[in-house]
Amino acid sequence: MNKKKTFALPYVVWMVIFTVVPLLLILFYAFVHRTDTGALVFTTEYIESALSGSSMSVLLLSLEYALITTVLCFLLAYPAALFLWQLKSRIGSIVNLLFMLPMWMNFLLRTYAWRALLDTSGPINRILQLLGFPAQQLLYTEGAVIFGLVYNFLPFMLLPIYTSFTKIDKSYIQAAEDLGANKRQTLIHIIFPLTKSGIITGITMVFMPAVTTFVISRLLGGSQTMMFGDLLENQFMLLKDWNTGSALAVVMMVLMLLSMALVRKSDDGVMPGGM
Amino acid sequence: MDKQRLVLLKNVCKEFDGVEVLSNINLYIRKNEFLTLLGPSGCGKTTLLRLLGGFETPTSGDILFDGKSIINTPPYKRQLNTVFQRYALFPHYNVFDNVAFGLKIKKLPKAEIRQKVQDKLKLVGLSDYENRTIDTLSGGQQQRVAIARALVNEPALLLLDEPLGALDLKFRKEMQLELKRMQKQLGITFVYVTHDQEEALSMSDTIAVMDNGRIQQIGTPVMIYNEPINSFVADFIGESNILYGIMKEDYVAHFSGRDFRCLDRGYNNNEPVVVVVRPEDIKLVPPTDNTINGVVTSIVFMGVHYEIRLKGDDGFEWLIQSIHSAEVGSRLGIHLDPDDIHIMDRSQYDTAEYLEIKQ
Ligand SMILES: Nc1ncnc2c1ncn2[C@@H]1O[C@H](COP(=O)(O)OP(=O)(O)O)[C@@H](O)[C@H]1O
Ligand SMILES: [Mg+2]
Repeated sequence: MNKKKTFALPYVVWMVIFTVVPLLLILFYAFVHRTDTGALVFTTEYIESALSGSSMSVLLLSLEYALITTVLCFLLAYPAALFLWQLKSRIGSIVNLLFMLPMWMNFLLRTYAWRALLDTSGPINRILQLLGFPAQQLLYTEGAVIFGLVYNFLPFMLLPIYTSFTKIDKSYIQAAEDLGANKRQTLIHIIFPLTKSGIITGITMVFMPAVTTFVISRLLGGSQTMMFGDLLENQFMLLKDWNTGSALAVVMMVLMLLSMALVRKSDDGVMPGGM
Repeated sequence: MDKQRLVLLKNVCKEFDGVEVLSNINLYIRKNEFLTLLGPSGCGKTTLLRLLGGFETPTSGDILFDGKSIINTPPYKRQLNTVFQRYALFPHYNVFDNVAFGLKIKKLPKAEIRQKVQDKLKLVGLSDYENRTIDTLSGGQQQRVAIARALVNEPALLLLDEPLGALDLKFRKEMQLELKRMQKQLGITFVYVTHDQEEALSMSDTIAVMDNGRIQQIGTPVMIYNEPINSFVADFIGESNILYGIMKEDYVAHFSGRDFRCLDRGYNNNEPVVVVVRPEDIKLVPPTDNTINGVVTSIVFMGVHYEIRLKGDDGFEWLIQSIHSAEVGSRLGIHLDPDDIHIMDRSQYDTAEYLEIKQ
């Protein structure tokens, strides 16, 4: 027993140094004010300023982008996973690989590539012009940001959903058909509930990181679209205001925990047999 | 005769990747028949059942249901239900919702669904399990849920793929009787797959013995038992003594011209039955008034035991396995204890002349 615990030790040390300590530091900076005399006092002023109108509107925008991204990723990934699942296993794994291939490249590189593609003098606009359309402002728009987010996060939605598909025993499908369910009814009553855990994982893996994205929005959205991640970064790196920055981080973490709990709750809430 | 045929398979062949798994299957299934597909593992029983269920299409040949070809009919439009070999119960539904699935798909009124599901759960002895999730059930309980889930739809044809495989012996016997009773009572045609010859013999109206993707012999249990068409069937079914008799009352069977105490009950008084006595259960004794008497006609030493044939006074030839020898031509008596006597239903086709399908 004790031996097993020793094996976990490196991980525990890692966790303490890189997760627990930073978390405590963030809480410290967010709630503790150092007076001019060097005394430490508890304060909520940083939290209050983090909850101010302007930062809240940035947060809301981030949540909105993240939500749209999550929904779009789901709408793209679910049918794709369904399609992959129905392919013969060999072909399926090849197509799956094609979906995953872009992931092997760093997302910054890919995002930079999209800057070039979306540029007013980039290939997309040139094709549009060849077809007789006027050049479009594609870069530095909300659309570009959301596109970039969807593009980058799609694999994180696809993979868990596809995995949950591959775990479905095909005999369940046959049993449903045997009991009179057509393709649509089988999808709704059997396949969808059986892939729910994959959907939840996908949502968590897309929504949470999407809220805090900062580089994608800056590269593709310019200064028009500041996301919460950008705000955080500015607070720390530009303004060097660690206290307000930490307070913003705390607000965000609370929000994330809440939304996680909400997702979990809705998972339990859908009773079996609620058809 | 033709009108009674619910299902007709004509020259059905099935190949997987060029390998023939079923070859030239010709078979009809009559309304209300209990037909068993009996054969060793891998002989194609499940494949044949899946062809009926619509999960496979025949490579060649045709399948008619109520006179109409169904090979292009998807499973959900077929008027039959399946009890799958590995149950395939929906893991995200509880017992009630599993059983209710087919009825909910048909959009029956809620109250009616509740009533029917409860009836069927009662039938399989799982009334108190409505709200249990599937993973909390034992293998046997899951099988019974699967049976209830299929039966509740009141299909014209029920396909069962080794449905009692996971049950222990005692419970299997109980469920065999129960299934047979349900089949009679509900008037549903059963196609039952098993590799257990005893199960096949005790439940079926008709047995199709399969080997290597072919139907070797079709007939009533008595016919298969007494006149195996080839050595495979003879070997697979095993040799036994099987004769017609009458169940006089509970625990009393009448055959070979006299009454015997037995362990079976639940038949009507004087109901015609089939009596099975295993060769190794027979004790040879000096003839008395209380034994079946006859003359030893042959004796062969089989290494461990002697195989003795004894022609009874009523003309029936008994097969006996004994570790004691006997003399050809000597007069001996057969003694049977109550637990040596196995009573089985007489097939509804035992009296009628059995019609082989002819092209
Ligand atoms: N989908 C399939 N693909 C390839 N071969 C199969 C498939 N299904 C069954 N078989 C083969 O067909 C033969 C008969 O199988 P099956 O019908 O399951 O036999 P049984 O139910 O009598 O044990 C076996 O040799 C099996 O390997
Ligand atoms: Mg099988």
